[in-house]
Amino acid sequence: MPGDTTFAGRMMPGPLRRFDPAVVIAFCCIIVLLLVGALYSSSFLSPAYLLQQMKVASFLGVIATGMMLVILLGQIDLSVPWVVTTGAMMACAAASFGATGSALAIPVGILCGALIGLANGFATAYLRIPSMIITLATNAVAQGLMVVYTGGFSPQDSATPAMRWLATGELIPAVPNGVLVWLAVGVGAVFLFNRTTFGRAVYGIGNRERAAFLSGINTRRIVMLSFVMSGALSAFGGVLLAGYASKAAQSMGDAYLLPAIAAVVLGGTHVLGGRGSYGGTVAGVILITLLQSILSVMQIDESGRQLIFGVVIIIMLLMYGRQKVA
Amino acid sequence: MSEWRYWYAENKSTLIAVLLFLFMFAIYASKHPAGFTPNVVQTAANKATLLAFVAMAQSLVIITAGIDLSVGMILVLANCLASWIVVGSAVETAAGIIAVLSGGALCGAVNGLIVIFGRLQPIVTTIATGAMFYGLALFLRPFPGGAVNETLADFMTGKAFGFFPMSFIALAAVVLAVWVPYSRSVIGRASYAAGSSEQAAYMSGMPVRMAKFTAYVLSGLLSAIGGLYLTFFSYTGEAAYASGNTYTLFSIAAVVLGGVSLMGGRGSAIGAIFGALAFRTIGDLLFVFDFDPLWQPLFQGVVLLFAVSISAFGLFRVRNKLEWF
Repeated sequence: MPGDTTFAGRMMPGPLRRFDPAVVIAFCCIIVLLLVGALYSSSFLSPAYLLQQMKVASFLGVIATGMMLVILLGQIDLSVPWVVTTGAMMACAAASFGATGSALAIPVGILCGALIGLANGFATAYLRIPSMIITLATNAVAQGLMVVYTGGFSPQDSATPAMRWLATGELIPAVPNGVLVWLAVGVGAVFLFNRTTFGRAVYGIGNRERAAFLSGINTRRIVMLSFVMSGALSAFGGVLLAGYASKAAQSMGDAYLLPAIAAVVLGGTHVLGGRGSYGGTVAGVILITLLQSILSVMQIDESGRQLIFGVVIIIMLLMYGRQKVA
Repeated sequence: MSEWRYWYAENKSTLIAVLLFLFMFAIYASKHPAGFTPNVVQTAANKATLLAFVAMAQSLVIITAGIDLSVGMILVLANCLASWIVVGSAVETAAGIIAVLSGGALCGAVNGLIVIFGRLQPIVTTIATGAMFYGLALFLRPFPGGAVNETLADFMTGKAFGFFPMSFIALAAVVLAVWVPYSRSVIGRASYAAGSSEQAAYMSGMPVRMAKFTAYVLSGLLSAIGGLYLTFFSYTGEAAYASGNTYTLFSIAAVVLGGVSLMGGRGSAIGAIFGALAFRTIGDLLFVFDFDPLWQPLFQGVVLLFAVSISAFGLFRVRNKLEWF
């Protein structure tokens, strides 16, 4: 990034300065992690292991794509945990309605997520309620609905074959379909961000919504649509997860909120919106998945994993995520 | 304009929270099968006090226009820590309590230092430190267990003079010891100023950094008091991820109900306390009306949704579309 005056920007060798320092640092960290892992166990660099990691990363990748869209606007979506669960549970519930239900399972799951996203988006864009608050509230409502629906137990319905195929099947030999799904979502996101007026408007709103509004952009509609997409993508992530685990479970989405935000922010997307590239988010997702995998391979227990996870996020953000002095 | 009208404008939101709570509690007490007895009040008070402490913690940070998403995890950490060290003789117990409270304040200080000197966003910072605090809690208590000084626990959750809930006295004592001096000090006024406009506060020579730092430290301290109280009720320590998250969520709900502006600079910890009491009463209302407990999370979620939507009415006063942003 030319003219970048941050610490990380100044430290960068010349040829690399064209790139966003965050993306470069994130990719460097991935390489370091792989080397550390390789020292620990030689199977760490095997294609089978890496593809397995990519499959695990693909669920987070799909969810983080929606989160990135919302963060680019300068908003945040904290309803991810129960939107993921709702998507998974509703898809599995549709599967119990015979052949038609099975065929519609995936769209039904995504639609439910999009509806919650619509509520988030309407409240944020038109009622001007802070997104952090309204998404917490819709998360609570989604949780309440699912508790009433399941009676407090994990539902018995299982995922349809189509969902399982989408998450674990292999269209191209040795490449899990989940990775292809993420690839498709990613290509769509890159196209949306860089090649459409919608994407440019998203960056504009993230920088200064008032200016975007005065430039004739219907900012409220774009904010609402972004939340709908974020909800749909979270629910889609849930559908994939249900396919992977072959059923839905309570609190299956809890483990995705922090990693999704962390992946987006570690990838150099500015938390207050307006700046960030999808490449960074991809790097962030892979980085976090590898970190979690290495910590569990090293047999560090859950408490240590949470601790290291938090420390790593803070340290990486301190390297390049600092705000300018007011 | 005379003096009291300034006072009214300043405290209107707090008064609304008090009225809301009184209204809810009147319905609750009149419908309760046992009526308005000391036992009903005591049970309600014990459940509400916990949330009131966390809501107070959250309100202090929100007044400075920040947010602390780690309050629930500090509470869980304090609970796990207390289940190890708040036991034994009177001296040991006292030392344990001091250690738990300083631990909480330390957690808050870490948040404050990262937000102020690291210049990171409070949301991301406190989500990440929340994970760290939860990791520590899980390290202390991989499985639920432990014990607490039961004499003290029973005293703190019992009734004073045979009718008044002790937990309310504790809550009032904390308000008198923490909130009253804080809100009347220069630091406390500076925290309002920083929440209202950080630039203007800085230009006026207010100790902005000190105010923000103090808010985070006190937030950690108050969350730890909440964790200590949780230990007094449950007699055990448990590193429960879901319960930590729930307390964080409810603290924000209570703060919103209590009339504290999420933009910072408006509201008071007193309002947040009454918001917490009202929010707890809403949950209990279902119980006295004989609803299936399964519906409680949904009902609380819907109430939360409505509570946060109330702020949208301000839009009707907006004359210029540019004020939307």
